[in-house]
This record gives sequence, C-alpha cells and structure tokens, in this order.
Amino acid sequence: MRRVAAMLALAGLSGLAPALAATNAGRAHVPGGSFETVLPPAAGVKTATVQAFDMDRTPVTNGAYARFLVSHPEWRRDRVARVFADAGYLQHWRDAASPGESLARQPVTHVSWFAAKAYCETQGARLPTWYEWERVSAASATRADARDDPAWRQSILDWYARPASEPLPDAGLTSPNYFGVRDVHGVVWEWVLDLGSMMVSADNREQGDPDLQKFCGSGALSLEQKENYAMLMRIATLSSMQASFTSSTMGFRCVAGGGAAP
Amino acid sequence: MRQWLVSGLAALLVACGQQTGSSTTPAAVAETGGSLRGDFGPPQGEPVKAVLTSPPLVPPPTGRHAPAKVIVELEVHEVEREIAEGVKYTFWTFGGTVPGSFIRVRQGDTVEFHLKNRPDSKMPHNIDLHGVTGPGGGAASSFTAPGHQSQFTFKALNQGIYVYHCATAPVGMHVANGMYGLILVEPPEGLSPVDHEYYVMQGDFYTVGKYREKGVQAFDMQKAIDERPTYVLFNGAESSLTGPNALKAKTGERIRLFVGNGGPNLVSSFHVIGEIFDKVQPEGGTHPQENVQTTLIPAGGAAIVEFHTEVPGNYIMVDHSIFRAFNKGALAILEVAGEPRPDIYSGKQADESYLSDKVGSLAAVSTAAEAKAAGKLTQDQQVQAGAALFKGTCSVCHQDQGQGIPNVFPPLAGSDLLKKTPQRAVEIALNGLTGPITVNGVTYNSVMPPMSQLNDDEIANILTYVLNSWGNAGGAISKEDVQKVRATTKRPEGAAH
Repeated sequence: MRRVAAMLALAGLSGLAPALAATNAGRAHVPGGSFETVLPPAAGVKTATVQAFDMDRTPVTNGAYARFLVSHPEWRRDRVARVFADAGYLQHWRDAASPGESLARQPVTHVSWFAAKAYCETQGARLPTWYEWERVSAASATRADARDDPAWRQSILDWYARPASEPLPDAGLTSPNYFGVRDVHGVVWEWVLDLGSMMVSADNREQGDPDLQKFCGSGALSLEQKENYAMLMRIATLSSMQASFTSSTMGFRCVAGGGAAP
Repeated sequence: MRQWLVSGLAALLVACGQQTGSSTTPAAVAETGGSLRGDFGPPQGEPVKAVLTSPPLVPPPTGRHAPAKVIVELEVHEVEREIAEGVKYTFWTFGGTVPGSFIRVRQGDTVEFHLKNRPDSKMPHNIDLHGVTGPGGGAASSFTAPGHQSQFTFKALNQGIYVYHCATAPVGMHVANGMYGLILVEPPEGLSPVDHEYYVMQGDFYTVGKYREKGVQAFDMQKAIDERPTYVLFNGAESSLTGPNALKAKTGERIRLFVGNGGPNLVSSFHVIGEIFDKVQPEGGTHPQENVQTTLIPAGGAAIVEFHTEVPGNYIMVDHSIFRAFNKGALAILEVAGEPRPDIYSGKQADESYLSDKVGSLAAVSTAAEAKAAGKLTQDQQVQAGAALFKGTCSVCHQDQGQGIPNVFPPLAGSDLLKKTPQRAVEIALNGLTGPITVNGVTYNSVMPPMSQLNDDEIANILTYVLNSWGNAGGAISKEDVQKVRATTKRPEGAAH
C-alpha cells in the first residue's frame, strides 16, 4: 500500500516534469508547410503537409531515459512485458536501472517503439510522424530541403557505409541543421509514431505492383524519388522493425505541437 | 501386365523419338522435366544441418539418395575489411565473406532456411535465392531487422547452380556491398567425381576514391547508377585468389569451378588463360557445352566449368573484358604443380629476329660482318648490308625510298639534318627519339624507339647505306663511331623495337 502511494507520488512528480524536461532538452520550432515526400500520401499526390511543431534538438540520451525509468520502473528491462520490448531491450546498459557513465550522454538505443512512445508521453510530447521527421531530415545546415544536393546525400550514405560495431558518439555533437535540429543523420535511426501505417512491402522490388495498394494502406504506395537512397534506406529499416523490436542503432526523439494527436 | 505394356510402349516411343531426333540433330539430349519432376516426395530421415563453406571452398557432395530436410543457418554480418592493399571497405555479407557461404543441397530436398541478422548490423537484410520456387525467392519471408532472425522453408525443385542475394532496398547497394553467393542444387544422381571443386564469384564495386586509393573508401551511389565500377573482383578482394591465396591443383587432375556473378551491373566474360573448358554448363543450366574458351556469365547468374590439367604453371582467370582484369582487379590464379609436359607445351624454344618478307637476302649482312672482323670492310659492302637491314627495320616508318611520311615520320632522303650532323643519326638510332625534331624546315613530333636489337656493326652499315642513297651526300659511319656514341650517351633500359 505504501509502495503504491510512493509510485503515485512519483507519477505525480512526473506529471510536473514535462515542462522542465522540455526546457532542458530544448526543442526547435519547425514551421508548418508542404514538401515533396518519398512516401506519397495518396495515389497521384506527391506532397505532404505538416503543421508547425517543436522537435527535440537532440535524440533522447541514455541518461534521460534512465531518469524516466525512475518514475516509470515498469519500463526497466527486468520488469518490462516482453510484448512491449524484445529480449535486446536495454541489454547494453550496465544494470537494469542505469546505463553506466560512458553511455550516459549517448543516444539511447535498444529501445522499442512502445517504450519510446511511453517516454515521449511522459514528457507531454509524442513521437514525430514520418512526415514531420522527413521534413526535418530533408534539411542541410543551410537549406530547408537539400535533397537535390548530391554531396549532402553522399554524406548521409557515408554513415550507412560505416559498420554499427563502432561506439555511438554522444548526442548533439553534429552541427545543427536548418531547423536547429542535430543528429538527424549520421548517428542513429529514429522511431516514428506512424510506424504501422508506413509499411512498405518486405520485398521492396514489388513497389511497382498495383495490387499492393489493396492491403498496404495509404502510406505504402510506391516510393517516389527512387534516387533518394538515403531516405529509402531509412524507410527499409523502419519497415523491418516491429513495435516491440529493438536494435543497437534505433533511437528516438520527441515532438510537441503539430497536427498529430499525442 | 498392363504396366509392362505401358512402359514397353513408352520405351518404344522414346526410341522412335530418338531416332527421329538423330536424323536432324546429332545428339538428342534427355530433358530433366524441370520442377514438374523435381518433387521426390516428403523429406525422409532426420533433418540434416547443411555444411556451409567460405569461398573458395565448396562443401562435399551431399551423398544422399533420398530427399531430406536440410537446415541452413546463414548469418548476415556487416564487416570492414580490405578490398585492395591499404584500401578498406565496409562489406555487407552472408556468412562474413564475399561471396557468401556456399550452400549445397540435393534436388527434392526441403530446405529450412534461417537468416540471422547480427545485433551489431545497421541494416535490415533479406535473401532471394534463385533456386527457390515461390514469389520473391524468399525475400519477403526473410526480411530481418538487426538483432533478429527469420525462418522460411522451400523445396528445391530444380537442379542447378543458383545465385542468392540480398533484396532489401536499395537492392543495388546491398548487392554492390557484397551480398550474394551460390547455392548448388545437385541433380538426384549427384555430380561426377572430380579432384577439386572451387567457388569463384565475380562482383563489381563502387568506391568514392579511385582504384587503389588508400584509406577507408565509402560506397559511391552515383558511380553505381552510372555503372562505372572502381573495382571488378573475384571473391571480393584484389588478393583473394592470388599469391598465397591462389587456387591449387596438380597436373592430371579434374577441376570443377562454380563461377557466379553477383554483379550488380556487369556481365562477365569468364576465361582461364591457357586452358580450354572441357565442359561448361552455361548459365548454370543442365546441358553442357564442350570445348569452350570463354563463357558469358550474366549478373545474377552462374556457370559450372570443368577442365583437366595437363601442363604445370600458373593459370590466370580473368574477366576477358580485359581492362577489368588488368585495371580493376578481375584476376585470379590457379597454380598447377607437376612435371613439365614438353610434348604438349614446349615453353619458349627460340627467340630470333624476324624481318618479314620485305627482307631480301641477309647474306650481305653476314659478309660485311665477316669483312669487318677481318679488317677488310669496304664502303660498298657496308652499303649492301645496310640496304638489307634498312628494309627490315627502318622502311616501315621512313619508307623504302627514305621519303618518310609527311608530317609523321621525317624523310631521310635529302635530309639537311643528316648532311649537317651525321653523328646525330647514330645517337637517334641507338637511343631513340621522343619529341620535336626539324628536318628540311618541317617539325615532326613522333616517337622512335631505340634500336636495341641492332648491334654496332649493323647500325654503322644502315647509316652508311642511308648516307649513300637517295641523293644524300655520301660518307661512312664506322663501327667505332657507333661504339663511341654508345659509350657516352644514355638509352632507356630494356627498350626494344
């Protein structure tokens, strides 16, 4: 009984936390607008529109995630329900409650989509939608949409070419992009809110097959901009992950505002 | 009884068919019946774990005579290693090697396939085996996130040698990074015994840096789209089948190569220098071709080639689209040890000058040489010897009458240069000439190689002939003149005409 009370107290505290955490992490304001997407929202429609939102400037770190576990111990690796996170969940941490000093400032990985979603919700925020993430990811340091810049594209591909066995860098070391957001490329993959609706065919060579539209939903029409390999690989990776999956390179960040309901 | 009748009838029909066939085509070949006749029923006995081998090795024959359930466990591994000396590249691999592990099953086997993607992988991967009957060849069923594994099962209905590869987006990039290999589906009776089986697979690679540019090299998407490879390699690295890694055999052995081509772009003109393939199963098909020099292997295709070794030595395997072999790395070596076989191949038996049919009698040359040795050489003898040598050596460029070729090769007839500085001609003949030279007011800019094949006697005689022909001013060059120039000037080492 006492323990329940303590948990309630903690929960109450965490209710206060969002404003604080948001300030600490810092979010960048991303204006609303339309842009050409690699995942057309409907047949014949090439652009996606997003409302203005605020996005974490850096991915969530192991340290921040450990603080979340204090208030939400049900997400500790020794307590989490297996349906919400696979066996790899936080396995790289020193123990169930803390990552260890060397990992504290690195982006958190080995987290499932369910866990990432829960974290953002405790911050009064949510995971970004694919289109929100895509809008931010299209930016270079100087342009809101740099996807036609071959040098910028190659720099993204260069990250893909490096093996994932190297340790991750600390979060926030890359230079901010046009929107003031860091680490969008070159550090980790990131979960998006609408993971389930953006499935592409597991055999993506079928992308020209019109039959697929029948069962893959609106987000799964054939990919536009086939030369945009950097985006294709991001989508391929996301579509290989189920919501309980974790991997050494999949992290996340949160957004607030915008059109999507938390 | 009825059965006997039917089979008897069938035999008769077959016999007739063969007879008719033989009248038009000399060798009618029995058809295998393809997948329609490739199902030998449910698997029998305990499941078997497939032996996987890294290239260039091939697993032993299955030795089975009944369909089995075969378990294949293949691990995807993203790994950085050398593509050429001092050049690192991140390969994505099936089983840690490029090409991936060799898989060997028997026609009719039921294959339970486990694809494991290591936790330290960055990418999701899958596998499309060309030996699978079913949509995607297994691709959708094997799509696997990092740190996960997938399972699917197929029955190997068609015999042959098949490529497998990753089919995850972007497919071209996964293949270009080395995600391909071979699966052999043995015919039910197995393959004929040989002394060595080897696994060789070609692939083209695209790096940001130039060929052999040192350091860590990233994948270059634009070069891949343009199909302009930096490297074309056998077994994923420049040295994977050369030097200490060369394939080994002895004379008098039968060799079978399973040769695949992963691409992603190029088609291979596979050739072994100094061998003739006794037997090729082109495109990995069932019916062999015999006595083949070069076999074409499409990207995403394979062939089985067989030959018998007779003569010892190094046999170089190339993509005979030959710049790939010598400028992009498509080169492998088979070392064959054994006793020489001069009855089949002699080695070099002679190296003599060849002066073509322009040469008349070279008797004058030897007459002059003898006279010189005896100290009795006349200018007339020099001119006659020089005339014979000129035809074989100089007339190709300077022409029969010393007129040269306008703007390309300067004339010797009426040459002001010869008249003013005959010694210069000795230098040029001995050492060659590259760069501009002005003769009779015209500047020429060609290359004349040093005449290293001529001795001092011969150069002296040729030049004496030139000085006394076509209205030139006369005079003589002696052997001693040539010796003096040879002793005091430099010439490119080892240069020959």
